[in-house]
Amino acid sequence: MSAAGPSQGARPLPREGASEAARAVPAGTGHAEVLLDVHALSAWYGAAQILFDVDLAVRRGEVVALMGRNGAGKSTTLKAIMGMVDRRRGTLAFMGSDISTAEPHQVAQAGLGFVPEDRRIFTDLTVAENLEVGRQPPRRWSDGSEASTWTPERLYRLFPNLGGMPDRPGGRMSGGEQQMLTVARTLMGNPYLVLLDEPSEGVAPVIVEQMAHMILELKGQGVSILLSEQNMHFAELVSDRAYVLEKGQIRYTGTMADLAADDEVRRAYLSL
Amino acid sequence: MDALASFVAQLLNGLAGASSLFLVAAGLSLIFGVTRIVNFAHGSFYMVGIYVAYSAVAWIGEGPGYWPALLVAAVAVGIVGALVEILLLRRIYHAPELFQLLATFALVLVIKDAALWLWGPEELLGPRAPGLRGSVAILGRQFPAYDLFLIVVGPLVLGLLWLLLTRTRFGTLVRAATQDREMVGALGVNQAWLFTAVFALGAMLAGLGGALQLPREPATLELDLHTIGAAFVVVVVGGMGSIPGAYVAALLIAELKAICIWLGVVEIAGVAISFSKLTLVVEFVVMAVVLVVRPWGLLGRPQAAPRQGGAIEAPLRAPDSLAKAATAALVLALVALPAISSQSPYVVVLAVDILIAVLFATSLHFIMGPAGMHSFGHAAYFGLGAYGAAILLKATGAPMLAVLAAAPLVAAAGAVVVGWFSVRLSGVYLAMLTLAFAQIAWAIVYQWDAFTGGSNGLTGVWPPEWLADKRAYYALTLALVLAGVFVLRRILHAPFGYAMRAARDSVLRADAIGIDVKRVQWVAFVIAGLFAGLAGALFAFSKGSISPESLHVGKSVDGLVMVLLGGIQTLAGPVVGAALFTWLHDTVARSTEYWRAMLGGIILILVLLFPQGVAGFARQVVYGRRDARSER
Repeated sequence: MSAAGPSQGARPLPREGASEAARAVPAGTGHAEVLLDVHALSAWYGAAQILFDVDLAVRRGEVVALMGRNGAGKSTTLKAIMGMVDRRRGTLAFMGSDISTAEPHQVAQAGLGFVPEDRRIFTDLTVAENLEVGRQPPRRWSDGSEASTWTPERLYRLFPNLGGMPDRPGGRMSGGEQQMLTVARTLMGNPYLVLLDEPSEGVAPVIVEQMAHMILELKGQGVSILLSEQNMHFAELVSDRAYVLEKGQIRYTGTMADLAADDEVRRAYLSL
Repeated sequence: MDALASFVAQLLNGLAGASSLFLVAAGLSLIFGVTRIVNFAHGSFYMVGIYVAYSAVAWIGEGPGYWPALLVAAVAVGIVGALVEILLLRRIYHAPELFQLLATFALVLVIKDAALWLWGPEELLGPRAPGLRGSVAILGRQFPAYDLFLIVVGPLVLGLLWLLLTRTRFGTLVRAATQDREMVGALGVNQAWLFTAVFALGAMLAGLGGALQLPREPATLELDLHTIGAAFVVVVVGGMGSIPGAYVAALLIAELKAICIWLGVVEIAGVAISFSKLTLVVEFVVMAVVLVVRPWGLLGRPQAAPRQGGAIEAPLRAPDSLAKAATAALVLALVALPAISSQSPYVVVLAVDILIAVLFATSLHFIMGPAGMHSFGHAAYFGLGAYGAAILLKATGAPMLAVLAAAPLVAAAGAVVVGWFSVRLSGVYLAMLTLAFAQIAWAIVYQWDAFTGGSNGLTGVWPPEWLADKRAYYALTLALVLAGVFVLRRILHAPFGYAMRAARDSVLRADAIGIDVKRVQWVAFVIAGLFAGLAGALFAFSKGSISPESLHVGKSVDGLVMVLLGGIQTLAGPVVGAALFTWLHDTVARSTEYWRAMLGGIILILVLLFPQGVAGFARQVVYGRRDARSER
């Protein structure tokens, strides 16, 4: 797989006539159930259009990276999926149900968790209280098997730092600890799929390492992840597939390994 | 010993008074924290609480019915609050903040008339509480047992609220939503129900606060605005969103009032100072001091900048040929008005009122819209202009035109002082400080009998012979109002106006490009005060008399309603809003006893139909269509 050229973008994506599932997921990346299917998503802040017909999909068990430079529209894509933008258009399906016009709380209740880039910890609340806000009932997959269920105790084992300070106010934590708390808080909703916005940004290298470890751990628990990322190295460590965004449009779709090997695409859309 | 006893009695009295004040303020604070709505109708909930308790006692039966009646009142008001949230506020959460304020103010009007219809205009004093009718001797003085009970209620409710907020999931969600409600939604919590629950809880607290006052305070229709003023003060002094802060502030203010009453008239350095007169104003003095020294309140915390600064304001449009033609036609019609309406002389009288309202509203819009400073006390400058004119005329006997020129300077001088403090704050805090200063000015005017005529005001402020005819006075008013509106518009399209709007849109960026933001805002504040003063002076001469009403909070609210009704984003807004409001007020007031409910109902309908204001809506209709056409 290689890019067709920087001006035109990546391989022309099959649009017309393509079946629903095959639209954004290239063949040969597994046959698991499609959890999230985004088709022709456009989004606006005020009068400014940020996204232009974005297509993407995430299958059960996958970690998918949404790559792109600053301002390419990565965070906006995640927020638009959650319904947290001023205006959006397009078809969004999550586990078979239509969420194109759902409110953020309905999307979250459907089992789609969101971890914002700027963390948005409740600084007046303790660690335990932050987790309580995110709590939702346990879920089951459509085949009846139990989905990963999180409790504070289990999360404290995954993030030992948090386990040592359940009563500390969120405002008195380091950046890295806050980053862990914002992930843990979202996991309390027992999501099938987590939208993870720039987990490696602005934290110390040791935390970045822990984040990568955490993502792989979650994957092992059966949680799927769509993460936005600028850091190629980090994305390579954790992701199965990648999409590359530029100026609000998808420019490349492929496996992470192919993207890592494709200097041309990386130079065109990712290098600074 | 007796002095001590009376001092203690007053302190206990203050404590008892603090409890109800705290309940109302705690509810207001909770609602503001979660929904970001400044609920003007909160005092109305308190008032309804007393009325419902009164009726419930009568219905259940005096004596044993007393305590259940308090609960009935609290729950009933809570249900009213929930209905208000579901039926009205839920539809306008996405509207600009000030529109929500306008809607809650319309509710004040509707609820007041509903109470008038249900309970009539007489004061109703409830029965005393069974079991607490007697009094307790403290230091040889008899102290009502019920007041001791009230003293306990405050801390009790504070404790229960604290438990609710820190020990339950609901409380955790409320505190989280106070900080970042969007994130709470993204974590799967349905905000709509959270908001309804908080609004109902806040209303319930206000209703309980009112019901508890049943034996101490007669139910009257004036309680709503009186209570909301006091509750705002307590919330701001204690710190927005801080429940313990509300309790501390309620105690502080109630005790200071008690001490002022106890001091009575004291002679200091040969001057007799009546401290008991200070009770009208002490809370506003406290608020002004707190806002200047510690703007986030005693127990509050400095607020981070709001996550979203709201929608970006569209640039002001320069008048195009259509707007110019419409303006010219309007001016011509106004000039011709006396000739057209010679059959009905009242038209000119009403037109003078409308013109004065237009200048007042335009001057308020000048700082609210383009400068982004929401003044809740603009009537102060209107009143200063009016009193300035009246006092100058009476004291110096100067010719009227000289007085008319000097009076606005009096108002501007007031604005220089208030503005200097106010521009150091922003948002709700600025609004509250302007309100505090206006209330202080009102209290001074209301009580300084020798200089301002006290509550009676001043009479005999008539223009000279050649302006005695209403039509001549109309011509003068028209000329001055047109000139005033034109100058204010001209300033907005001058570099100074650009600086004002830059300062509103981003203080940091405006600062970074060399605009002295505080200075620009200060000057804007003074200019607005100057023109409000001119409107006030014109008002004084048109009525021939002037009363403290002219700088009361009600007048400030009228101004707000005019600006918001017309639409804050358009320059035509205040003109349309002032004309519409004054005309509606006049027409409706003459046709029904329940004019407030009518007016409130009309405002509610307008708010729900036209969230950008009437003029904003008209502009969208005219220009929206034209833009669509030119796109094709």
